[in-house]
Amino acid sequence: MALDEIKIGGLGASRRRVEDNRFIRGKGNYIDDIALPGMLHMEILRSPLAHARIRSIDVSAAWAVPGVRMVLTGDMLAARNLAWMPTLSYDTQAVLATDKVRFQGQEVACVVADDPYIAKDGCEAIVVDYEPLPPIVNPTQATAPGAPLIRDDKTGQDSNVVFDWEVGDRDGTDRAFAQADVVSTIEMHYPRSHPSPIETCGSIADFNRATSKLTVYMTTQAPHIIRAAVALVAELPEHMIRIVSPDLGGGFGNKVPVYPGYVVSILASILLECPVKWIEDKSGNLISTGFGRDIYLKGEMALRNDGRILGVRMHTDSDHGAFFSDAQPSKFKIGLMHSAFSCYDIPAAHLTAQGVYTNKAPGGVAYRCSFRVTEAMYFQERMVQAAASDLGMDQAEFRRINLVRDDDFPHRTPWGFLTDSGQYGKCLDLGLEAIGYEDFLRQKEEARQRGRLLGIGISTMTEPLGAGNSREYDILGIKMFDSAELKVHMTGKALLRTGAKTQGQGHETTWAQIVAHELGIPAEDVLVEEGDTDTAPFGMGTYASRSTPVAGAAVAMVSRKIRAKARKIAAHLLEVSEEDVEWELGRFSVRGAPDRGVTIQECAIAAYSNMPDGMEPGLENNAYYDPPNLTWPFACYIATVEVDPETGVWDVLRVVAVDDCGVRINPMIVEGQIMGGLTEAYAMANMQFITFDEDGNCIGSNYMDYLLPTAWETPGFELHEVVTPCPHHPIGAKGIGECATVGGPAAFVNAVIDAIGDSGVRNIDMPLLPDRVHEAITQGHDVSGAPPVRSEP
Amino acid sequence: MYPSRFRYEAPSTVAEAVAMLAAVDGEAKILAGGQSLIPMMKLRFAAPAMIVDINGIGGLDYHRADPDGTYRIGALCRHADLEKSATLADAQPTIAAAAPVVADPLVRTRGTLVGSVCHADPQGDWASVMVSLEGAIVAQGPNGHRSIQVADLIDGPFQTVLAPDEIAVEAVVPAARGVRAGGYLKLERRVGDFATVGVAVSVEMSGGSVARAGIGLTGVGPATINASDAAAALVGTVLDADAVDAAAQLAAEAAQPRSDHRGSADYKRHVVATFVRRIGAQIQRSEQEAA
Ligand SMILES: Cc1cc2nc3c(=O)[nH]c(=O)nc-3n(C[C@H](O)[C@H](O)[C@H](O)COP(=O)(O)OP(=O)(O)OC[C@H]3O[C@@H](n4cnc5c(N)ncnc54)[C@H](O)[C@@H]3O)c2cc1C
Repeated sequence: MALDEIKIGGLGASRRRVEDNRFIRGKGNYIDDIALPGMLHMEILRSPLAHARIRSIDVSAAWAVPGVRMVLTGDMLAARNLAWMPTLSYDTQAVLATDKVRFQGQEVACVVADDPYIAKDGCEAIVVDYEPLPPIVNPTQATAPGAPLIRDDKTGQDSNVVFDWEVGDRDGTDRAFAQADVVSTIEMHYPRSHPSPIETCGSIADFNRATSKLTVYMTTQAPHIIRAAVALVAELPEHMIRIVSPDLGGGFGNKVPVYPGYVVSILASILLECPVKWIEDKSGNLISTGFGRDIYLKGEMALRNDGRILGVRMHTDSDHGAFFSDAQPSKFKIGLMHSAFSCYDIPAAHLTAQGVYTNKAPGGVAYRCSFRVTEAMYFQERMVQAAASDLGMDQAEFRRINLVRDDDFPHRTPWGFLTDSGQYGKCLDLGLEAIGYEDFLRQKEEARQRGRLLGIGISTMTEPLGAGNSREYDILGIKMFDSAELKVHMTGKALLRTGAKTQGQGHETTWAQIVAHELGIPAEDVLVEEGDTDTAPFGMGTYASRSTPVAGAAVAMVSRKIRAKARKIAAHLLEVSEEDVEWELGRFSVRGAPDRGVTIQECAIAAYSNMPDGMEPGLENNAYYDPPNLTWPFACYIATVEVDPETGVWDVLRVVAVDDCGVRINPMIVEGQIMGGLTEAYAMANMQFITFDEDGNCIGSNYMDYLLPTAWETPGFELHEVVTPCPHHPIGAKGIGECATVGGPAAFVNAVIDAIGDSGVRNIDMPLLPDRVHEAITQGHDVSGAPPVRSEP
Repeated sequence: MYPSRFRYEAPSTVAEAVAMLAAVDGEAKILAGGQSLIPMMKLRFAAPAMIVDINGIGGLDYHRADPDGTYRIGALCRHADLEKSATLADAQPTIAAAAPVVADPLVRTRGTLVGSVCHADPQGDWASVMVSLEGAIVAQGPNGHRSIQVADLIDGPFQTVLAPDEIAVEAVVPAARGVRAGGYLKLERRVGDFATVGVAVSVEMSGGSVARAGIGLTGVGPATINASDAAAALVGTVLDADAVDAAAQLAAEAAQPRSDHRGSADYKRHVVATFVRRIGAQIQRSEQEAA
């Protein structure tokens, strides 16, 4: 009898997360839990100014603090050619400032001491003489004539422009606009936010002079990329570098880049010949490490009176901060912005993008999304709402007219992606039914008669998740495949390692379920390990929802290789030819004689004790997986809100989410990912942003100003599912970790705009602070741009 | 997040604590709930040479009414004690309204009302509540006790007139000249957020009209604001809509908000007026229900 797949924790089992057992017992092993003998502690001195020339740095008093072992400055690093490091986007970033500081919070010096208190005392004793320069805090200032040049360190850089980029069919789009009955335009800003994982960044560098081996424990989502980067930057032999990413307290894209703290801790360990620990504090994390978003849009849609979209034009101005250190595929300068409108059937589209340097922290990381997809889908769904209202058409109906139909796959998107599957209309209808669309519209009208403002917002989108394929996706030239290695032990228990790196996604649970599905080995018999470059196979790490689409596929593929070998062993044990062996979950049997069989565990022991003549012993293998395409999950998010017209405060009434991420491996984990994503979406719409005053001071450098929602104010979510398997993924799964963060914000904003629709307001930029909503209602105008920090006497 | 070096003392009596403060002459800080002091020290905005932890001093955790109606809140009475109090809602409606919206549940289990008032954060909720109630702080120093009106205690952002060797041992709300009513409304974006705007309104009703009124404003000035003109506009009225409206306008004028990332100055003024009106209407409604 075949095994019950759910009972063994296979595909579709809502198995409890095995990693949580240690986390909730306080037995996790995070970077700050690790202590090595003789370890010293490093602290970073940061710039208080956004833009200033460094006249001098006096470190003598810091050296004099008892317990201080080393003080490092940019000059010291420059002498070793380490003052600058390459970024993931072919730019350079200062490790410790030499010439100028270019953002508030920039790393200026480091102090290594016996304990972190002394290191901090040492930092306070350093005297830096700054000559302030005018700061630039937005793209308009950056491109104004006569703007001060931020990157005067770069030869040939004579403006603050990082790139000008375009994609799409300019002429075809112009023609579409010439034929339009209505052209809908809108301008928006997606504010700067920060992934703000609960655990900050940190590293412990441990250089052993005797073995010449460098071990670095590091909070990284991509340990193998880091190993390569360290080998290149520090000119150390790659086999003598071991990067260990321990338990991570969240990443959200923040732990993809290389940060100065990592680099300096490594240098300090090499110079001091002892382990050096650096743990960033919360403010340091918020003001200096990879931010997300900060991008302006000019959007235009060419529309026909019957509701068809004929063409789309987008122009983005993105603010990258002082160094272009976005983490994204090298081919696409503004990430996958051109994946916007992929769920709609649109003949022509054109995108132009300009990126600029400003005196703000660098980053541009994919904060819980695939490379700017969050911005793309937000802009898309806000433009769609504005277009529908310009046409005087119902929101849902306008979407239904333009969504790609089920029989239209594979579908070439206006910017050239190939979507392969989905049931968009079905998801939309399910969402509308769940929220009670028609009823709500009636309620809304009744409420309006009584002076109450109710609104409903819809967001429908498909997004490209799971880079690469290797034809199109690489980071610094390294192709974006991933890997898995499976060792089935003699007793049928197994060890699985992948090139991904879990940081809350539950890989230790999910990967074991894929093995259980493919091999019938109970999930609890599979130990999953990731993050140690000495043991894990080479992979590109975890971000951009790529783990299940790529590493997860590799897990299925390596399991199948194991099964193929086990089949040969089974034939040998059953004394029949391989063709006469049949597979059912966990067991091979003889065709026509199902009672005669061997289990996968029996094959495992035979692989070490009774293998057929000429067969290599053992039951181990690996797989490198290069996906043929991205995966394209679809989502329909609908929110209803009530706005208080007197204060501009808005409350969420209901949130309905319909997600189609293909086959769900562990439905509970999938639902957790959706709820987490919706929480971040709500946060973005409501409160979560980092802004700067005109002096370049970061407003949002602590959790009093940078607000993350708690369980208290986060609304409840009603989840629904549609399953359209991915046609090319070995088990039909699509990415899901980021759908809700990507698609969610527009649902909330569309709902608030809908609620105040009578005022004629088409846009309020996020976050929808009560103040801004109130201004829109009472003044009847759009409230746009980065939330201003007006300084008054 | 590593504070500078400091000495730590944990006296067991107020007298001992006062002696310790006096001995170091301004270099020491009292540690009550620690929910403001410790963050400041970790950020190195404060670097006291000595911490005098008063948590080991017995008998300071009370909140109670004297027979004459005077209400006393001890220096170690936590926000959570007030939030969960069985007797507070009837005796002190404004305090009861504020207790659940101060900070978040974790902070409330440690933070103290007296500590909050002494901290004199313009965004602290308790000082406005106490100002609206004409509350006072009783301070104990080397020369004994003195009572200071909260409205006089605070003389700037994070500044009080307490001497370096004085400890606030309790907060006192005088007995009412009628039936107390009141409320506290706070605009915050999430639990634990400091007030964008907070408004405390306290009234004492006698024979259907207002015998005494107080209005305190949080987060809309360099220090807690005592909107005494606005409060005066309520006295002698029956809290009718016109009177409340007049008070609301005066309260908005008394506010001195700054535009910042929480909202513009105009908006904050508007919210002050809106909240005065809302609390007025709330009191009106419950008066009518009672009648
Ligand atoms: C995350 C967070 C959110 C918060 N949100 C809010 C909020 O929304 N609203 C709000 O009002 N507060 C808020 N607070 C502050 C909190 O309410 C504090 O508890 C309160 O402000 C100070 O009380 P404490 O007992 O913790 O004082 P401590 O931190 O111990 O002391 C504060 C200051 O007062 C002095 N002091 C304390 N007690 C005495 C005394 N008896 N005599 C003389 N001096 C004394 C101390 O020396 C110190 O200078 C928040 C705090 C945190 C950490």
